[in-house]
Amino acid sequence: MSESLVTHSPGGYAPALFRRSIADALEMDHGVDAVAAEERAASLAKRSLKKDAKVWGLKLAISMIDLTTLEGKDTPGKVHALCQKAMRPEPLDPEVPHVAAVCVYPTMVPFVKQALKGSAVSVAAVATGFPSGQTFTDIKVQETRATVAAGADEIDMVIDRGAFLSGNYQKVFDEIAEVKEACGPAHLKVILETGELANYDQVRRASLIAMYAGADFIKTSTGKAPTNATLPVTLVMLEAIRDFYHATGKKIGMKPAGGISNAKLALSYLVVLYETLGSDWMTPDLFRIGASTLLNDILMQLKKERTGAYQSADYFTID
Amino acid sequence: MSTTTEIETRERLAPGPASSAMIWEYAPSLESTDHVKIAPRYNLFIGGKFVEPHSKKWFDTINPATEERLAEVAEADAEDVDRAVREARRAYEKVWRKLAPSERAKYIYRIARLIQEKSRALAVVESMDGGKPIKESRDIDIPLSAAHFFYYAGWADKLEYAFPNRNVSPVGVAGQVIPWNFPLLMAAWKLAPALATGNTIVLKPAETTPLTAMLLAEIIQEADLPPGVVNIITGAGATGGALVSHDDVDKIAFTGSTEVGKRIQRAIAGTKKRLTLELGGKAPNIVFEDAPLDQAVEGIINGIYFNQGHVCCAGSRLFVQESVVEPVIRKLRERIGTLRVGNPLDKNTDVGAINSRAQLEKIQELVDSGIEEGAEMVQTPCRLPSRGFWFAPTFFTGVSQSYRIAQEEIFGPVLSVLTFRTPEEAIEKANNTPYGLSAGVWTEKGSRILKMAQKLRAGVIWANTYNKFDPASPFGGFKESGFGREGGMHGLGPYVVLS
Repeated sequence: MSESLVTHSPGGYAPALFRRSIADALEMDHGVDAVAAEERAASLAKRSLKKDAKVWGLKLAISMIDLTTLEGKDTPGKVHALCQKAMRPEPLDPEVPHVAAVCVYPTMVPFVKQALKGSAVSVAAVATGFPSGQTFTDIKVQETRATVAAGADEIDMVIDRGAFLSGNYQKVFDEIAEVKEACGPAHLKVILETGELANYDQVRRASLIAMYAGADFIKTSTGKAPTNATLPVTLVMLEAIRDFYHATGKKIGMKPAGGISNAKLALSYLVVLYETLGSDWMTPDLFRIGASTLLNDILMQLKKERTGAYQSADYFTID
Repeated sequence: MSTTTEIETRERLAPGPASSAMIWEYAPSLESTDHVKIAPRYNLFIGGKFVEPHSKKWFDTINPATEERLAEVAEADAEDVDRAVREARRAYEKVWRKLAPSERAKYIYRIARLIQEKSRALAVVESMDGGKPIKESRDIDIPLSAAHFFYYAGWADKLEYAFPNRNVSPVGVAGQVIPWNFPLLMAAWKLAPALATGNTIVLKPAETTPLTAMLLAEIIQEADLPPGVVNIITGAGATGGALVSHDDVDKIAFTGSTEVGKRIQRAIAGTKKRLTLELGGKAPNIVFEDAPLDQAVEGIINGIYFNQGHVCCAGSRLFVQESVVEPVIRKLRERIGTLRVGNPLDKNTDVGAINSRAQLEKIQELVDSGIEEGAEMVQTPCRLPSRGFWFAPTFFTGVSQSYRIAQEEIFGPVLSVLTFRTPEEAIEKANNTPYGLSAGVWTEKGSRILKMAQKLRAGVIWANTYNKFDPASPFGGFKESGFGREGGMHGLGPYVVLS
């Protein structure tokens, strides 16, 4: 396999010339064939990863995890424990990397910030009326500002699905652009909530709109809808990222979230990423996995590769 | 292999910014072979027994990925062919034609189930003998072979519903000659409908891929099929010639090259023999500007690189509407770079070995002609093994309708990219070939699909997909791609006499 799957765009990305218009997004909006997209994703899921390739992939996957807790019952104590796990997932094995970020609700940000102090783990927070996004734009903007001010490095916003599904793409676009501005230095991940978008055509359209409106990452799901991330949805979004890169020279990140609960599935996501965008995207800067229970399964698999035997779940901490 | 072009291709494919991320080398994931037993020698399967050939000659069958010998198989001469046909005739007159159709069905179901039971071994042997990736033999060849037997077993006692108000009787002894690209699957395509309709058979597999046919002979023995109903004789062209020209054969079914098909048709002209031919192709795969482009690219890749392009219905001529040529070529270039070429037994291999040295030379010769005629070549950047027969997946841009690579069947992993402006032009160019086996159409517009399907002169037309096969769906050609249909209810027709 070649080092980079994406051929280099002539000229590259010049921010000043970067037109931010919904027309650009809709210009690239061709259809997606559902049967063929699902077939391609299923064939990639059959890749067989063994030995070194597996271990390398699993460690990379850990470094891409946004370790997440998004519950009404979250407390400073709970997120503190999660942060310890995030920084040192496997205290006995220094080869196991830390995760990419801890992802929480806005009010938990100060505690996370405190707990993660001195580590390279980022603070991510959901905002903009998560998970439904059914609130006023100025409140979304205000919430974003406050969350960044509280110490969030990354903001996971939700798009207004009501506006999107009623065809008001301009509103979706404008809201993302405003939130992006409110983020300041913080990175913006835009959640499309693909489980509510009905089909792959809409997923592609929403992806393009989010990228042209200023997203640094596009993300599948809140984890709160009946259908969360799937491989074909991720494939379609990665293909949109590739097209956007060719049009603008700008690399957008991808974050599948929800339902990725075991190591094998996480590896399948990495295969889809690798064989669609190549090794340039094989970094936590451009790929994240939103998950809460995935980490322990990966640790269990890594230990199995190291010792040759599966350990009981009692040997892995519940945080 | 043209190494300079490979290196150039590599540079073209990987000019991206230096990356800190490492290349993810998938460790080899080899399908195990220790459960597979290949005998050192296979004799002819005649009259329910394995018998030494009258010729006293055997020839080697090799693994095209390593050039190592796998086994030797018997070379049937005219005397052996005669013995096989006599056994088939005897079984036809004495047993098979008289058997209740529901009893015929039971035998065929049994063969289908045994193929499923032994699918793992069959897949491994298919990949070893023919060079195709294990993921294809495992997921396509073997399951589809079983599916064909299941499907036609179901027809055996329902023939009066396939041909209402007619009396249906079998034709007699069928001589079947099959190719090397889908060895077991082609055997299944030929045997299943013939058996279901009450015919007996002498089958000749291709000389480079006889092993799964011999394993099928063992399965047939195990299924306790009455002796002589299916006879399998191995050999090269001369054996096939003797079978085709044998006086007591009632029907010939051949799948292979157009050249040999024409020879067969000449040889049996003026005889009572019935004939079906499934021959070459040079299929157009047509991409309109409103197509789902990423999936179309997958379809293009699957259309031409599936089974190393050793597919009679391969989408070997790509027609792209001029308004989307740039993104389609770019995506194709990126996608071809991800194909994994190598050991057919590696579960991650996408493209395996070329079936034989002769085929490799033919591919190389046509590719050279493409370069000479001025087309621009792009190949998968990959290191090919030093032993065995290999050809990197290739596509040509800037191809004109008059180039040999746009006219002749290459039967290898080589795609010619052409362009068009209007649907009418696409139809005209697509039909501008002596062949007419299959075609692909990529568009989001339903009415255009229907219109294209009416105008394209091809037996199989895929819309927004490619290389999809199902036992219930008839398959066959127009023009020099042959005549007669295999699969579906239509596939029964060539094996029955209606009165």
